[in-house]
Amino acid sequence: MNPSHSNGSRASGGHHDLGGALLGAIDRHEHPRTLYEMRVDAMLMRLTHPSCGAFRVDALRRAIENYSRLEYEGLPYYDRWIKAVRQLLVEQGILTDSQIDERIEQIRAARDQQRG
Amino acid sequence: MFAKGTHVRVQDRLIPGHCRTPQYLKGKIGEVIEDTGRWRNPELLAYHKPGLPMARLFRVRFKQADIWGAGYANRIDTLDADLYEHWLERAERPAAQGA
Repeated sequence: MNPSHSNGSRASGGHHDLGGALLGAIDRHEHPRTLYEMRVDAMLMRLTHPSCGAFRVDALRRAIENYSRLEYEGLPYYDRWIKAVRQLLVEQGILTDSQIDERIEQIRAARDQQRG
Repeated sequence: MFAKGTHVRVQDRLIPGHCRTPQYLKGKIGEVIEDTGRWRNPELLAYHKPGLPMARLFRVRFKQADIWGAGYANRIDTLDADLYEHWLERAERPAAQGA
């Protein structure tokens, strides 16, 4: 799109609402999928599947849209997801923040031990 | 309800919270090309609500030149967007718009 075609209405839609914004050329380079990205993707698919129904993808979008501009623009795509997944699990009373922190600590300790 | 072929304007308003209507279409006029049926309202689903009452979703076709202005080079380019009924109002065909 030619920049002269922007309708200049970016400001009021929120920083996620980028249609028509003048952001320059899109980087179309592919990068290899990482294990982390696939895990985050799998986790979200599982949690939002009707058989689990922890929350809906609409809630994920809302959580991500509520990040500050700095966070929104600073976080890679799947980091936005996993941050929202954590928030929504707590919102829904499925896990508490301290449960999640504890488990992260356990996994980190086990990994560090393995590495010696 | 909007019949196929009806011209509609996307309401130009802001709502607090989750909104599935993109800013760049607000205030723009397009033509209803399909009624996709009724769906749970994502503006409510986003807050863990059941999303009821269901909201009717229309596929609306816009001319790119109507969105981006007369400077848009290709007059035949169009854009289709799925928009919920509560964001649309009946409109006249835009004067500048050709056949």
